[in-house]
Amino acid sequence: MKKAFPILGVLTAILLVYALYQALVVAPTEQTMGAVQRIFYYHVPSAWTAFLLFFINFGSSVYYLIKRCATADIVALVCAEVGVVFCTVVLITGPIWARPVWGIWWTWDMRLTSTLVLWLIYVSYLFLRRFSSGGQTPLLAAALAVLGALCVPFVYFSIWFFRTQHPQPVMGGGGSIDPRMMHALLINWLAFSCFAFLVCWSRYRLEKLSREVDEAHAMQSLLDPGGRAL
Amino acid sequence: MSAPSGITRVTLLKDLRLEWRSKDAVNSMLFFSLLVVVVFSFSFDPSAEESRQIAGGLIWVAFLFAAVVALNQTWAREIRNQVLDAYRVSPAPANSLFTAKVVGNFIFVSVLEALMTPLFVVFYRLRSLGPVWQLALVAALGTWALVVNGTFFAAMSLRTRSREIMLPLLLFPISIPALLAMVQATTAILNGEGARFWMALLASYDLVFTTVCLLLFETVLNAE
Repeated sequence: MKKAFPILGVLTAILLVYALYQALVVAPTEQTMGAVQRIFYYHVPSAWTAFLLFFINFGSSVYYLIKRCATADIVALVCAEVGVVFCTVVLITGPIWARPVWGIWWTWDMRLTSTLVLWLIYVSYLFLRRFSSGGQTPLLAAALAVLGALCVPFVYFSIWFFRTQHPQPVMGGGGSIDPRMMHALLINWLAFSCFAFLVCWSRYRLEKLSREVDEAHAMQSLLDPGGRAL
Repeated sequence: MSAPSGITRVTLLKDLRLEWRSKDAVNSMLFFSLLVVVVFSFSFDPSAEESRQIAGGLIWVAFLFAAVVALNQTWAREIRNQVLDAYRVSPAPANSLFTAKVVGNFIFVSVLEALMTPLFVVFYRLRSLGPVWQLALVAALGTWALVVNGTFFAAMSLRTRSREIMLPLLLFPISIPALLAMVQATTAILNGEGARFWMALLASYDLVFTTVCLLLFETVLNAE
């Protein structure tokens, strides 16, 4: 396992460089939007990765509620943290693209709003984890994760109905996309997923280590109440 | 079945009696939402036509903030004298306690709404173009959505540091779809338009979140 980590790291780096080359050089320039469209190769893969991570967070939270397994809790925490980072990337790259193309930084459109609400929900999840202390944190967090995930369809439907009159800024939908663009997009997604996995993995090891250290401290102060603990 | 509902009734009556004697929650909510109404009407100064457009949002923001005041107090009195710990070691089902708290808060917030609505009508020169019973239905569904999640998250934030800040941080993001539905339904009815989609959405939101909160409450109450 210890050898796999650097190997995966090198592979991810190579993949990211190749994906960058694909996005900036190989993929053709879009006719109307020009070069700014290339942000699409970062925006969409980040969004897919973030949604995937939030989904894993939901799955491992449910698993934790049933089995009370500490690993599932760490996975949920790690996925939420990295997912929030990727979701932030989506929310930042979106306006950068929208400003030259739509002429505005932000609009309360369906996708934008639901992504923002999703981001808010998972930030509040991280707040709960930060503010609660002690052994009950995993349970509370898992309960919140389940409620948050259940909220997602409601967010989606309510905003869908709220904004049906608006034109939908669906980019690259269906068959109209150039195959080289699609290729660059998928390569980027693969690279981003590997990168996310790498970050999650190292964060997982860190979290596990810090819990072991905490446990060792607690154990030491139990065995040696004289105060030389730490 | 009689035992759990009995516990619910006893707890509910106890909360209502406490509230009747102290009037802490209702008074602070009333004064708070009165302040919100006054501040809003200063900052917007709307005409009758405009106020019909913005009233839905104003009313629900005022009620949401006021409800947080009451929800923060709901478990606080059970912490004093370790009542909650006693409840946890007793064989009484956790959901009875939860149901009693939700119903209690629902009554408090409904009282607040009943008292505040005339004031809104006067201050904002409101006149509904749609049927009033629909507004009442939206109010009931919306209040239930706020109160179920609010009671649940208040129990959750009991276990955190700075619990009074924690409740809105948890409650507001999850409540966004419900809040959007309440505001849109209210505005639509005030303007004489249909609001069936929003009411259906609110009803299903209530159903899903009530079920899940009931399923998870025992876990949260006994979390160690």
